[in-house]
Amino acid sequence: MGLSAAAPLWGPPGLLLAIALHPALSVPPRRDYCVLGAGPAGLQMAYFLQRAGRDYEVFERAPRPGSFFTRYPRHRKLISINKRYTGKANAEFNLRHDWNSLLSHDPRLLFRHYSRAYFPDARDMVRYLGDFADTLGLRVQYNTTIAHVTLDKDRRAWNGHYFILTDQKGQMHQCSVLLVATGLSVPNQVDFPGSENVEGYESVSIDPEDFIGQNVLILGRGNSAFETAENILGVTNFIHMLSRSRVRLSWATHYVGDLRAINNGLLDTYQLKSLDGLLESDLRDLAILKDSKGKFHVTLKFFLEEASTNQSADAITLPQDDNDNFAMRVPYDRVIRCLGWNFDFSIFNKSLRLNSGNAFGKKYPLIRASYESKGSRGLFILGTASHSVDYRKSAGGFIHGFRYTVRAVHRLLEHRHHSVAWPATELPITQLTSSIVRRVNEASGLYQMFGVLADVILLKENAMAFEYLEEFPIQMLAQLETLTGRKARHGLFVINMEYGRNFSGPDKDVFFDDRSVGHTEDAWQSNFLHPVIYYYRYLPTEQEVRFRPAHWPLPRPTAIHHIVEDFLTDWTAPIGHILPLRRFLENCLDTDLRSFYAESCFLFALTRQKLPPFCQQGYLRMQGLVSTESLRQHRVESRLLRDDAPTGRDLEDSSQHPGDQELLGAPLAPGPLAQSLDSNKEEL
Amino acid sequence: MMSSGFSVFRVGISFVIMCSFYMPTVDSLLELSPQKYFSTLQPGKASLAYFCQADSPRTSVFLEELNEAVRPLQDYGISVAKVNCVKEEISRYCGKEKDLMKAYLFKGNILLREFPTDTLFDVNAIVAHVLFALLFNEVKYITNLEDLQNIENALKGKANIIFSYVRAIGIPEHRAVMEAAFVYGTTYQFVLTTEIALLESLGSEDVEYAHLYFFHCKLVLDLTQQCRRTLMEQPLTTLNIHLFIKTMKAPLLTEVAEDPQQVSTVHLQLGLPLVFIVSQQATYEADRRTAEWVAWRLLGKAGVLLLLRDSLEVNIPQHANVVFKRAEKGVPVEFLVLHDVDLIISHVEHNTHIEEIQEDEDDDMEGPDIDVQDDEVAETVFRDRKRKLPLELTVELTEETFNATVMASDSIVLFYAGWQAVSMAFLQSYVDVAVKLKGTSTMLLTRINCADWSDVCTKQNVTEFPIVKMYKKGENPVSYAGMLGTKDLLKFIQLNRISYPVNITSIQEAEEYLSGELYKDLISYSSVSVLGLFSPTMTTDGVRNRTCSRASSDPQQHRVTKWCTRWAHCVHCSLAATGDPEITVENLPSYFRLQKPLLILFSDGSINPQYKKAILTLVKQKYLDSLTPCWLNLKNTPVGRRILRAYFDPLPPLPVLVLVNLHSGGQVFAFPSDQAIIEENLVLWLKKLEAGLENHITILPAQEWKPPLPAYDFLSMMDAATSQHSTRKIPKCMKETDVQENDKEQHEDKSAVRKEPIETLRIKHWNRSNWFKEAEKSFRHDKEL
Repeated sequence: MGLSAAAPLWGPPGLLLAIALHPALSVPPRRDYCVLGAGPAGLQMAYFLQRAGRDYEVFERAPRPGSFFTRYPRHRKLISINKRYTGKANAEFNLRHDWNSLLSHDPRLLFRHYSRAYFPDARDMVRYLGDFADTLGLRVQYNTTIAHVTLDKDRRAWNGHYFILTDQKGQMHQCSVLLVATGLSVPNQVDFPGSENVEGYESVSIDPEDFIGQNVLILGRGNSAFETAENILGVTNFIHMLSRSRVRLSWATHYVGDLRAINNGLLDTYQLKSLDGLLESDLRDLAILKDSKGKFHVTLKFFLEEASTNQSADAITLPQDDNDNFAMRVPYDRVIRCLGWNFDFSIFNKSLRLNSGNAFGKKYPLIRASYESKGSRGLFILGTASHSVDYRKSAGGFIHGFRYTVRAVHRLLEHRHHSVAWPATELPITQLTSSIVRRVNEASGLYQMFGVLADVILLKENAMAFEYLEEFPIQMLAQLETLTGRKARHGLFVINMEYGRNFSGPDKDVFFDDRSVGHTEDAWQSNFLHPVIYYYRYLPTEQEVRFRPAHWPLPRPTAIHHIVEDFLTDWTAPIGHILPLRRFLENCLDTDLRSFYAESCFLFALTRQKLPPFCQQGYLRMQGLVSTESLRQHRVESRLLRDDAPTGRDLEDSSQHPGDQELLGAPLAPGPLAQSLDSNKEEL
Repeated sequence: MMSSGFSVFRVGISFVIMCSFYMPTVDSLLELSPQKYFSTLQPGKASLAYFCQADSPRTSVFLEELNEAVRPLQDYGISVAKVNCVKEEISRYCGKEKDLMKAYLFKGNILLREFPTDTLFDVNAIVAHVLFALLFNEVKYITNLEDLQNIENALKGKANIIFSYVRAIGIPEHRAVMEAAFVYGTTYQFVLTTEIALLESLGSEDVEYAHLYFFHCKLVLDLTQQCRRTLMEQPLTTLNIHLFIKTMKAPLLTEVAEDPQQVSTVHLQLGLPLVFIVSQQATYEADRRTAEWVAWRLLGKAGVLLLLRDSLEVNIPQHANVVFKRAEKGVPVEFLVLHDVDLIISHVEHNTHIEEIQEDEDDDMEGPDIDVQDDEVAETVFRDRKRKLPLELTVELTEETFNATVMASDSIVLFYAGWQAVSMAFLQSYVDVAVKLKGTSTMLLTRINCADWSDVCTKQNVTEFPIVKMYKKGENPVSYAGMLGTKDLLKFIQLNRISYPVNITSIQEAEEYLSGELYKDLISYSSVSVLGLFSPTMTTDGVRNRTCSRASSDPQQHRVTKWCTRWAHCVHCSLAATGDPEITVENLPSYFRLQKPLLILFSDGSINPQYKKAILTLVKQKYLDSLTPCWLNLKNTPVGRRILRAYFDPLPPLPVLVLVNLHSGGQVFAFPSDQAIIEENLVLWLKKLEAGLENHITILPAQEWKPPLPAYDFLSMMDAATSQHSTRKIPKCMKETDVQENDKEQHEDKSAVRKEPIETLRIKHWNRSNWFKEAEKSFRHDKEL
């Protein structure tokens, strides 16, 4: 493009002519950040950019945000949960069960204020997104269709090039960073003979009246296919559903993109012999023939190729000619295609090298775990289109997942371009157990984006303090220092949430006996989502991350801890959850992380040369924990403290109990400690 | 965690509930009719008989246990029989109903006792009860300390006592004691109690366990003197008691003059090591005293001998003063140079691996369990969880009410997390403050649970718990940085009723301030007043900021109007100023910061003014500049007793003056207890100390604080699961379904799993303990079934 002309705008008059040749081209306005699409992901990114005071602009082709939701899902029911009650006040925790809200500081902008339905109506989403953009004053340029995106090399640019966006009016926009949040907008079509006879999900009638007494064949087995079926289940003769592979139930795969129970009525009627049914076959081997009566017949592409070109449809061989019990031998009145969506690559110039990943066909653009395009630096894919990172694993393709990945991308950008280090809290080591317990109990990003975003604890020298970083994309762990601006020189913990290793899958029975683990020593066999903590002495290298063991989200750690799964996802049990966690942390750091009352610290201070961290960081700084009388009483009873009341024997009795000299909790004194521990047990 | 704790009880319970009906092979248990039974009774012979209806089921749990008891009771010459009550022969021992059957103990044909069958719940109970009844005179059952003292006094100079505490009658420990009493009952007076209070009054630790003491009363000639006691440290089993009594019987100290390698005493046979104290003629008396002292301390753990070097034919290394001989055969003796008696003791204790000779059923002692809480704060808070606190005295804030509340009135806010033990422990103190301030304070006491309202806490910049902040109108919130306890927090609140520094504008005001007239009501909360003089040009802001931050960290310094540039100095002058440097749990940290050795006078009760004077004089004369003189009142700070125990053994009479070099080396020096605490002696002692002429009495351990217990090693458990074949043999390591699934996945996984040498991290220990546990668990399991 004639971008070179932009710079010498005020140059010699001779050049003006050249500029005049590009009529639309005045000065392309330059933005640091351009966001394509004012859907949930685009608005979410706009929010973070706005809060950080960055120079940005969102381009949206429709007149309002969230245009996808004005038409889809066709049957208007969102299958993302709008759980308004959890019995808890913790706002962060409640986001775990709010799959529709975007992140913001404004509690009014929670989806529960927009719908009372557990599975809300899509119109409420449109209204919500509009309010989100308006209330927060996000800079969105509506009615602007970006028709073309290309690159302009410039060494001064942040990334060595600018992104040049051209809209439908020919207006250009120059962007240092391009954030693509256009979602998946192109219906996926499979090419096979007769595919022209097939109606698409995007346009098929949603009025059940239109299907009365019909034989319907639906291609696909995702939520849109089942949603379509659900709508007409009661009026059709029968529905057959055809797909390449077996149905994947989200309760078995733990992946929200698979078939949700709310849509699975057809499974019920199929298995209860009500004429509906599921079939597995590769569409690309089939052909659909329209007979003279306008009915559709399924046959094999192979037969079609055999037949001469001009044969009438009725003459072509059908499978039932050979196999008279062929399953799909009935003619269909309608064939509906519900095969999902693809990313729209068409507007991106080749120079951007925005390729489709090979793993999932042309569905998603190829990106790194940092959501940056592999082809061009500074181009990030956000939202649904970024799902290649965790396709069929986590929630990155859905609002309740990508709202966190967008935040992660924003944090990366803040560091890359504005030298703002990844936000972190520095705390003394005595707060280590607590800070982990706190996060695993409330963090929603960890919970939704399990296996993708994880908290990272960077230890300081001598492990007396640590920095807590939230929701870092763990596949980028090796590059943590350059991406966050934090140092990981003294070891680190990674806190991830995981399902049991062999628990999820389309063919798994998730209701088997003994599926839940209760004992802390079996915690590693936990099946349900539970926190897992990895300890590394050194930051893993890229090689280690890439060649990690199969089915591991992270390279092999120095030590690992599983907090045992919990039915209530409440990991605050003192013995069942917190104690084993503390022991793990202690053994990784080779220190004693117990808490002590001031009195114990006092004793240690005068009888030992070293103090445990809790006494060092609390008591010695005049912030010791003084025990109340009733707690003191329990302490004596628990045998964790000897009663110091004078016994009258102290002075004259030389044959003392040898345990007397042992101090409480002397780490190398198994004798009396063991006994006191044993005596506890009987009461617990 | 639960299962292991209950196993003991479960055994008991299962007997009641199970009532299984399968046929045992009753062959040794005699079955007789009443008439026949009574005809078999021999004079002087004891016999236990169970009377039951002839038509009752032939088996019951009780009968099985009784059957098992036949042999052990026969060993003690007691016969056992089952007497079938038939209709024709009505005996008064035959109960009316089936479930009222009892067992009876006869001696000759005299009925000694009757037992309801439920007291004889298992073989241990049967043996224990029967022996207990028979040994009525040999074993005195007591319930209070007075009884014990009476027995003790009666036996002084005559016989030794074996006193034991068992948790209940009829349990295995009780049986063990009774069996020992059967053998030794004539030699020693056995005394038995089940009263915990009695055991506690003896000063025993871990009262949940059975205890057995040997009272050395025979040696005591002076009736006012107490009998020495030796605690048996092994679990109470028949065998252990037997061994223990044998070592008690052995002479306390033996003199030998032969090659230590050749010497053998009863101790070696019992698996205990020998300690030879090497003596020379010149020091014989002192050596003998030392040896005796060592012998008392090692009683039951090792044999102590006095080795006379002069009359010895073999050579022993010249400097060696102690010879240690292990019980294991063929291990050469060790020659040691140990200058401290404690070192001898600890050497013995660390080098004795007495193989735990335990009988199977007593195997309920095990190593520390990593599932058991060892955090005192967590444990106490957990134990206290059911107590209801008067929380209504503090206002609970929420996201909605937080801002409005702290804006509307001066407030103290406690930020805490409901699941965090430290928070919950402090909440108790906080509520105590509320109770104390009830109706008197203008300050509103509030709290917010950050587990519920984490956003509010984050907004207030609270990232750790617990945190107390004070919100005053028009001022930035101040974080409380004092002790997390009632007293200091109360002080903080009271003193913060006025703002600091106080501006004083006239001399009169200054005088009022110094005399305490100004802010009279606050004087009881403050200990130090500082007056600073400023020129009007100085900004007060800087002064206030620094003062505030300091003031909040140490409530003692609240009446500070001028910041001492050197904090340490400030404390020091404040201590000197108050003239009463008593160290307490609360104030030790400020002494600690001075980084000087502490010169502590331990006193039981208030300090003798003369000592105080002597020390103050030394302070004035600048003898103590390099030290921090202070005193500790055991009445106010009872934990001081434990400190003394760490320094001394045995405890010297109080008061005692100690120099603790906390910051460099950890040596503890004691001012000789035979010298009077007067100026001259002190000066002399200090000089000797300085010159390095004094020996320390102990060195404080310099151990690092390591993890108290290992953690689960999930990594190697996971490894074990992936290398499937080895895991198959591990009981319960995998669930069946998992195994099946794993088989399928195995091929995919195999290539990926790297067989690396397992990382250190105490993993070896982890493994071992886990294996041990595993084995033990399966064993237990069998037992329960």
